[in-house]
Amino acid sequence: MNSGAKRYLLLALLAALIVSGFSAYFNRYYLGVAIDVGINIMLAVSLNLINGHTGQFSLGHAGFMAVGGYIAAKFSLLLQPALPPWMQPLIFCAGLLLGGAIAALTGLAVGVPTLRLYGDYLAIVTLGFGEIIRVIFQTSETFGAATGLTGIPNWTHFGWAWSGAAICVFVVTCLVNSTYGRGFIAVKDDEIAASASGINPVRYKVTAFVVGAFFAGVAGGLYAHHKSFLSPTGFDFMKSIDIVVMVILGGMGRTVGVIIAAILLTLLPEYLREFSDYRMILYALLIILIMIARPQGLFTFARRRPDSK
Amino acid sequence: MAPLLQLDQVTICFGGLTAVSAVDLRLGPRELVGLIGPNGAGKTTLFNLITGVYPPTRGAIYFDGRPTANLKAHQLVRRGIARTFQNIRLFASMTVFDTVRTAVQVHRTHGLRDALLRGGGFRRAEAEVERQVRELLALFQLDRVRDEPAVGLPYGDQRRLEIVRALATRPRLLLLDEPAAGMNPTEKSELTALIRLLQEKFQIAVLLVEHDMRVVMGICERIVVLDYGVKIADGPPAAVRANPRVIEAYLGEEAAPHA
Repeated sequence: MNSGAKRYLLLALLAALIVSGFSAYFNRYYLGVAIDVGINIMLAVSLNLINGHTGQFSLGHAGFMAVGGYIAAKFSLLLQPALPPWMQPLIFCAGLLLGGAIAALTGLAVGVPTLRLYGDYLAIVTLGFGEIIRVIFQTSETFGAATGLTGIPNWTHFGWAWSGAAICVFVVTCLVNSTYGRGFIAVKDDEIAASASGINPVRYKVTAFVVGAFFAGVAGGLYAHHKSFLSPTGFDFMKSIDIVVMVILGGMGRTVGVIIAAILLTLLPEYLREFSDYRMILYALLIILIMIARPQGLFTFARRRPDSK
Repeated sequence: MAPLLQLDQVTICFGGLTAVSAVDLRLGPRELVGLIGPNGAGKTTLFNLITGVYPPTRGAIYFDGRPTANLKAHQLVRRGIARTFQNIRLFASMTVFDTVRTAVQVHRTHGLRDALLRGGGFRRAEAEVERQVRELLALFQLDRVRDEPAVGLPYGDQRRLEIVRALATRPRLLLLDEPAAGMNPTEKSELTALIRLLQEKFQIAVLLVEHDMRVVMGICERIVVLDYGVKIADGPPAAVRANPRVIEAYLGEEAAPHA
């Protein structure tokens, strides 16, 4: 898959840019939904690296998204008036990377002490972390406190969102399919056996956490420049749950399934707006049903098994 | 010859319970030693001490002349200590091939950068890893099932795969925790042959915990007996079998006439 993966990445990037070039001809509403889909793919695939491939159940993904979103938005708001318009893409790109990097550092800071915890305990700590992040932004005057940030330049067009998604899918796929990345799966399957095979569980867990947090941060930056408006309530516990549902529905550790789930769970709420009050009830039922009937995820197909006879 | 593994007065207490008490042990390179004793005698605990799962409460462990204190389990694997588990611990979502590949990669971990850029060096390293995996699987007759899920194998093959995974880290000391447990007689004699083969082929030291006396007496050059965490005997099989303390603590009276 070595050169194959690179080719897919180039094709995906090219497709994203071409579609983006014609975006003036599309209905603005649909285009907006398509950008949401791209951002959600990034969030779900990056969370899947942590929850699915490495088996560390995190409920704090919205927190990393918030860090990246606020940092990138603030960066743009500060620099945009000072610099000429042709520098916009540069500011945007730098802001996204900066947001991702700071989200990754946050991931490191949270990950190192907490990744000694297992299962439910880790879930609770990451949940608490997500809420702490939200409260910090909610009380910080610099980041607009409860009102949030407004007037963020509307720079996220289709090409940005889908290029981000393509790069995220590429990085996660490459990691998981490398000698390096098989450590993630070993850690998920059996931490004791992994360390008996020479794998340092802490290192792999922290790596998954940091890479996942980075892409969540970049996705947050794209989201901020898509909606032009950030409010702390947008990054609450429910947002984390939304992403977790995508991962569970798609199948933990199955990138293709998770992408399909991210697309479906972005489109469905759009078409079912009048029932939006019941969304969380529906999600809860969905998770229960999937866990009973198809714990491997809805969109998981039998693994291709080469003929071994 | 300097010992490969040396335990000096190793003791571990869990709360008020002394699970292993002042055990001295020397193991030469390429020595095949059996570790026996009744249930709860501290055999597995001793394995966990040697592999860095627990630090000893008192005493010191040296591997290859260097103290192993403060080294974690995965670091000791890189130094050359590998093990299997009493209850099989395979990677549930991996194929046989990937299981062994995960262990082979220990000595050639790439950074994130290599995994993403996938340059020529990375591909050559990856190909080399795959070659080693194929070789190991062929040697231990697991190549037929290389693409099967590891946990879908028959019981005996799962045990064997666990040994191959341990060997794949290229150890100098291999600790086998009850490898014959639950095996039928055919599988047991295959296992005996396998342990001989791996010791001959890989020139490593083996410490073997086993309850099946035929396996232990058949292949071990030396036997160490633990009882209530204390070493009560250490010597060649014939001497250990005749030792009255061992007969009382573990072997039982019937074993005596054969001695």
